[in-house]
Amino acid sequence: MSQALANKSKAAVNKQNIVGKVSNKVNDLMQVNRKDSKIAMAHIYVAMIALLLGGTAGLLQVLVRSGEFKLPWGIGYYQVLTVHGVLLGLILTTFFIYGFQIAAVSRTSGALSAKQRLLCWIGFWTMTTGTAMASAMVLLNEASVLYTFYAPLQAHWIFYLGLTLVVVGSWIGGLGQALRWMQWRKENKGQTSPLLSFMVVCNNLMWFVATIGVASEVLFQLLPWSLGLVERVDILLSRTLFWSFGHALVYFWLLPAYMIWYVVVPKVIGGKIFSDALSRLSFIMFVLFSVPVGLHHQLTEPGVDGSWKFLQVILTMMVVIPSLLTAFSLFATFEIRGRALGGKGVFGWLKQLPWGDARFFVPFLGMLVFIPGGAGGIVNASYQMNQLIHNTIWVTGHFHLTVATAVVLTFFGACYWLVPHLTGRTLTKEMNRLGIIQAIVWVVGMGIMSSAMHVAGLLGAPRRSAFSDYGGADIASTWVSYQIAQAVGGTLLFIGILLFLYIFVKLCWFAPKGQEEFPIAEVAPNAEKTPAILENFKLWIVILVALVLIAYSFPIFDIISNAPLGSKGYKLW
Amino acid sequence: MHLHKYEKYWLAFGVGSLIVFLLITGIMAFHNGSHPPSAKNTINYEKVDEIAPFNNPGVHKVEGKDWDYEAVVVASAFYYDPPILEVPVGAKVKFIATSKDVVHGFEVAGTNINMMLEPGYISEYVTTVDKVGEYLIVCNEYCGVGHAQMHSMLKVVEPK
Repeated sequence: MSQALANKSKAAVNKQNIVGKVSNKVNDLMQVNRKDSKIAMAHIYVAMIALLLGGTAGLLQVLVRSGEFKLPWGIGYYQVLTVHGVLLGLILTTFFIYGFQIAAVSRTSGALSAKQRLLCWIGFWTMTTGTAMASAMVLLNEASVLYTFYAPLQAHWIFYLGLTLVVVGSWIGGLGQALRWMQWRKENKGQTSPLLSFMVVCNNLMWFVATIGVASEVLFQLLPWSLGLVERVDILLSRTLFWSFGHALVYFWLLPAYMIWYVVVPKVIGGKIFSDALSRLSFIMFVLFSVPVGLHHQLTEPGVDGSWKFLQVILTMMVVIPSLLTAFSLFATFEIRGRALGGKGVFGWLKQLPWGDARFFVPFLGMLVFIPGGAGGIVNASYQMNQLIHNTIWVTGHFHLTVATAVVLTFFGACYWLVPHLTGRTLTKEMNRLGIIQAIVWVVGMGIMSSAMHVAGLLGAPRRSAFSDYGGADIASTWVSYQIAQAVGGTLLFIGILLFLYIFVKLCWFAPKGQEEFPIAEVAPNAEKTPAILENFKLWIVILVALVLIAYSFPIFDIISNAPLGSKGYKLW
Repeated sequence: MHLHKYEKYWLAFGVGSLIVFLLITGIMAFHNGSHPPSAKNTINYEKVDEIAPFNNPGVHKVEGKDWDYEAVVVASAFYYDPPILEVPVGAKVKFIATSKDVVHGFEVAGTNINMMLEPGYISEYVTTVDKVGEYLIVCNEYCGVGHAQMHSMLKVVEPK
């Protein structure tokens, strides 16, 4: 990170902290601590660099796949695709989420202690070093293995080591955040902990359990293999370990968006949280049903018995319950608020909502897009229907609705208050309006790109493939017009990224100084008290571990005991 | 924990649909035998060419089995052997495939024949080919620089 930039924002935050001191103590908790703001912003800067580079890679991909454009200077399509997946799927998300979560914990549980803060910084630098190592290998074309790095394609060991550091760094930083929540619990015995901090701890717990699988894959299989210490790896085991992490990864992206929907958006519209207990319950359910579900990504693979796949399909579908709880709670909050403002009739309350406020409008669009995104997800995880769309570009269309729209738009919307809050500036009317335009550009662009991907996928077009006419096959020619539509949508999305980064830069360094609120809603007065059991993480960890063991022990035992000759590494790019 | 009356209706409807959905999927799977490809046979991926049935890739008529034809396919970077599979319409075909190097896909575009091919494992799927036509087979798992050029053809023809 540029030291000059960091110093400048530090100076701004410093100034506002002095103002805070003379007002009152309550304000100290309303405002994220100055030192914590600095760590949060450090994470967010890295996330934004990843957004710019990863987004550029995305633009190149859709252009290449339209058949009208070729990459210059011998750059490979799959190298660009690796950049896109790693930077947007892993780096943008993880860094933004940690920036947001550190601010969220500091805002709701209080400033981090020196030790907790140090852990967050160590985590940050470990993750950043790892990102730089992995990126260097991708740029040198030593690691065009995509962000899922399936063996036996073998990347340079520095790539695997870099990713390991990203994960290890995330454990350290995540621990720093969780310790602050534990400290709050110790200091406030018998009380219900701050909802937002609780949610952060849920997400970090899930992340920790989920990453054990992928860390084992990299540390015990891929690293020794790429270093030449072992000759062969067990392919199916590596894929199974990867996917025990891979689906929890998508919930790790989603839960911070849910935090914003549950806790921040109600405050933005002037309403209350519908129910503290139900919010916590839905987070706990996400944690429980995040890891023991990965086989639904491997439905068409040999070597795993159908019954075990089916068991994990059932566990996957349990996510329907917290999703429905969430949808109900959010729309209940909106309706109650709309009616309090005088909205009449079945839908009249909708008109009362603050559509002109980017902090509401942008994440709201994300929520709407999540509905078709979730519906498509049910198709994907359906035991038999999966065969029609597995590894087609339908799947790419699906997660561009869920992560790249529902989650990303929510993160964009959060930046409009989070960034000025952390940098001691304010969201101007002009930037608010640009934020709304940005979200519309995003939804239109994604609507075009994702719809075209869904349809082309149903017609059989594979994902993760450069342009090809497949030997002049008739069906492949029907895909081309959809690929051109993807290029149009993708170009709009790239414009959306530039627009967002313009707003981001303004909010970091040029917007008027002042105090922007970090909105935290209160629980509705008539909501019932939260049962203490929801905060009993020991219980939930036991259930989570039990579910993981039930879902995975036998399949993994079976994979290992029936393993064929392992695979040597290949570098086919 | 208190639930709002409407929330109870909403959840009852949602959970009810979920149960119906899982029952239908489960009956399809365990009663009608509609499972995704989940064969468990393994093979030495370095000696695929020497091991039956992969020492003789192609479509073979078989007797005394639950299916009429076996379509044996060997995938390697970046092609399928054989390049064309031809089967008569209405035949029940068992697709048997494996990989000689990295992970590949075997997707008959526009159908539900779709399976992963992994080194060391034999992938199998039985289905009835009930519509005449030429079906493009594509590799749908990234396998290297020639991935998008990896394809073959399934021809479903009128019986001679």
